[in-house]
Amino acid sequence: MFEHYISLFVKAVFVENMALAFFLGMCTFLALSKKMEAAVGLGIAVVVVLGITVPVNNLIYTSLLKEGALAWAGYPEVDLSFLGLLTYIGVIAAIVQILEMVLDKYFPDLYNALGVFLPLITVNCAIMGASLFMVERDYNFGESLVYGVGAGTGWALAIIALAGIREKLKYSDVPEGLRGLGITFITVGLMSLGFMSFSGISL
Amino acid sequence: MSSEISIKKVLFEPVVSNNPIALQILGICSALAVTTSLQLSLVMGLAVSLVTAFSSASIAMIRKQIPTSIRIIVQMTIIASLVIVVDQILRAYAYELSKQLSVFVGLIITNCIVMGRAEAFAMQNGPVVSFMDGIGNGLGYTAMLVAVAVVRELLGSGTLFGINIMTTINNGGWYQPNGLLLLPPSAFFLIGLIIWGLRTWKAEQKEAPDYKASAHVVKEAF
Repeated sequence: MFEHYISLFVKAVFVENMALAFFLGMCTFLALSKKMEAAVGLGIAVVVVLGITVPVNNLIYTSLLKEGALAWAGYPEVDLSFLGLLTYIGVIAAIVQILEMVLDKYFPDLYNALGVFLPLITVNCAIMGASLFMVERDYNFGESLVYGVGAGTGWALAIIALAGIREKLKYSDVPEGLRGLGITFITVGLMSLGFMSFSGISL
Repeated sequence: MSSEISIKKVLFEPVVSNNPIALQILGICSALAVTTSLQLSLVMGLAVSLVTAFSSASIAMIRKQIPTSIRIIVQMTIIASLVIVVDQILRAYAYELSKQLSVFVGLIITNCIVMGRAEAFAMQNGPVVSFMDGIGNGLGYTAMLVAVAVVRELLGSGTLFGINIMTTINNGGWYQPNGLLLLPPSAFFLIGLIIWGLRTWKAEQKEAPDYKASAHVVKEAF
């Protein structure tokens, strides 16, 4: 059982890296990877938010939305899964908001460090994507917790690595039209190629 | 610029000179994974265009009633409802396609183009212009997707729309397919190259360098 979770975690971090294998969370990934500190802050925020939202969405899905999940309320044939998208985004927005308030009250240092990135996370596709993958792959509660944290770690790893590369890249002589966004795309492509060598690994 | 924003400009500007992907860095998230096949890209582009257009129009209609503090939630709800409609339609009439697109239809909700246009354009303009702006940005997105998909599908598997164009060696033909183009990294390379091309053509899109090397000065040692 334990090995299963470790294998799932490794798979979520390396083999199915959110940013580099599924292109999720790309907007923030490209826009906010210029500075190392920003990348670290955002990475931590994503790990925390993913680690909470995926299991919560899992609970909601299995106990309210799934076909036959409302049997306890006397409606065994109701299938609310089409409401999934609306529910997940609502849950994500709500949790980000609550997290923001909790951090503001009890951990002001961390709150100031994360700054504007916390609300931005609501529209990060990686968060929504992880919830959708969780539903598609039928994870149970434990698996979805591990998957959420793993996917977040993978994304954080990718953005921190990219920020490191971009900080060095600032001083290199890039052809004019390729400067900025263009060369970033190519760098991410090369990183993604590197991450592909993890595919097929399972513990 | 005159106060009346011309519909033609709003409709065609995002296609080349203000492309959402190449210049605004919006909506890359769900875009790249579907570009292995031209058919998927077209469906995805169509879905995004429709969702952007209708969400921009509806948000523009109620823009004066939305309190600013909860506007994000209101926008999200409108967008999510539209995406659910698209998702259900795809499931009902094109089940195979919706299986292949898997989570990426749902991810239109968090596609930054939809949110970005709602926030940046529809909150200030009337419904008709906003609708056109949505269609225009959707077209820009579709154009980029189609450009990448043509290269990836043609060179990666020798087909277009699933129709055989260049017979591969495995099927007794002459073309040795380039497998790299079916893997995720190739999409990044292609978009990087397209951006390079666009910026060489339209020089005003170039980014200012973060750091400029100053001319080398030889100092007197003595």
